[in-house]
Amino acid sequence: MATKEFLFAGFGGQGLLFSGKVLAYKGLIEEKNVSWLPSYGPEMRGGTANCSVIISDEPVGAPIVLNPDVLVAMNLPSLDKYEKAVRKGGIILVDSSLISRKVERDDVDVYYVTATRLADENGTGQLANMILMGKLLSVLDEYNEETVSAALEKCISARHADMLDYNRKAMETGRNYAG
Amino acid sequence: MKGNEAIAEAAIQAGCRHYFGYPITPQTEIAAYMAKRMPKIGGTFLQAESEIAAINMVYGVASAGKRVMTSSSSPGISLKSEGLSYLAGADLPALVVNAQRGGPGLGGIQPSQSDYFQATRGGGHGDYHMIVLAPSSVQEMAQLTIKGFELADEYRMTSMILADGTIGQMMEPVSFDFDIKEAPAKPWATTGTKMAREHNVINSLYLNPELLEKTNIERYKKYEIIAEKEALAEEYLTEDADIIIAAFGIAARVSRNAVNEARANGIKAGLIRPITLWPFPEKVFAKAAEHAKQIISVELSMGQMIEDVRLATQCRIPVSLCYRVGGMIPTPDQVYQAIVEASEKGGK
Repeated sequence: MATKEFLFAGFGGQGLLFSGKVLAYKGLIEEKNVSWLPSYGPEMRGGTANCSVIISDEPVGAPIVLNPDVLVAMNLPSLDKYEKAVRKGGIILVDSSLISRKVERDDVDVYYVTATRLADENGTGQLANMILMGKLLSVLDEYNEETVSAALEKCISARHADMLDYNRKAMETGRNYAG
Repeated sequence: MKGNEAIAEAAIQAGCRHYFGYPITPQTEIAAYMAKRMPKIGGTFLQAESEIAAINMVYGVASAGKRVMTSSSSPGISLKSEGLSYLAGADLPALVVNAQRGGPGLGGIQPSQSDYFQATRGGGHGDYHMIVLAPSSVQEMAQLTIKGFELADEYRMTSMILADGTIGQMMEPVSFDFDIKEAPAKPWATTGTKMAREHNVINSLYLNPELLEKTNIERYKKYEIIAEKEALAEEYLTEDADIIIAAFGIAARVSRNAVNEARANGIKAGLIRPITLWPFPEKVFAKAAEHAKQIISVELSMGQMIEDVRLATQCRIPVSLCYRVGGMIPTPDQVYQAIVEASEKGGK
């Protein structure tokens, strides 16, 4: 992996900034160069939210991701907005319990995950973001249990330590999701 | 760590134990970090009733000789400008952070660089400068904060970190392995005479015009020394470059991608990234103008730094502008297209 650019997009509150953070920390722990840039301000409080993550062997230049290698879309407006921007040969992950339409492009790899429904069913409510992250890392063949776990520990404060297992479980659910 | 948090942590490591501020997006993480940390290390965090109150509290602590800071974003810096002028008039060392957002007026909350004139020309009334430092990574947010405190103490003046919303909000790895110069002795500080010395007076009022003139001229002699010694820029692939990009902060990171793209396509492009905006790295630009054919100033403003680039190169080669404003950021592709256009034109 020379340089990979990720864009996470959806509603504020779906945990997109958090999943971006876990991915960036995982990269950092693996001694890559990383950057994480959120949308900020009122957007974070319920509007559309997105977050750019870059993981690279080289120092990161512009931190804003315009043409992602990987798009994780958690609502329809995000898919509408960014589908065309994904690089040819890139990957789109869709939360198909929230987005009913299919991706129109045929030059990218698309994975549909019913993440939000799975999260409800498995008692990991609200962790659809981490289910998608599990799936994403397994698709990229980057699911390293050790660094994933270390990244989660970095991103979840001691106060919420009880959430660690839920997050691990959600990521495992995504990892094992066939689709 | 977020850029804003890196500033706060670096300030604490530099020995700053007093922070006064008033919240404003996109720099509030600095205040939040200080609120959490200062009480634990015997410092002061105070959310003032306004920006103006905060900057005057900075004036107070600076007078007592302690490392002190405040932070804000564009509209808040305008409010603080009176205080900045008073700090300059009283020759007080302090650190002020401006995480710029789109203006004028309340503007927006997205990143901008349109306070360049305000920062590099002083901001408030009267003849004065601040040392203006422009970080372009989270690591530099930390590094230049420490440098800001050191320079402020060395020259008894205000240092400003001129950042923007992007660098403030983004997270990157940062190492805090710094060799920090402790604050020097400040025999001028108002620390109490203990009946053992004359009173120290910190003041910016001079009713005698001859004395005020003399004080201003002395201060400008100090500025000359700073301009000579402290100007700083990073050069990237400039040695054989025909087209040179001038950009600081976030614009420099975008431009670096564009320069790489241009090089990959056989165009000899390079980048000069001013790290100090005041003093402006004039010599680096003057030297570049000897061999380069054109300069493109890439800014998140309608063209402010471009004036300093033209002054530094004495308009010997064409200088053009590539910009986005209002919270928008130029894309690497936009900058690359500007390079291609310039390369087709040829220049000089």
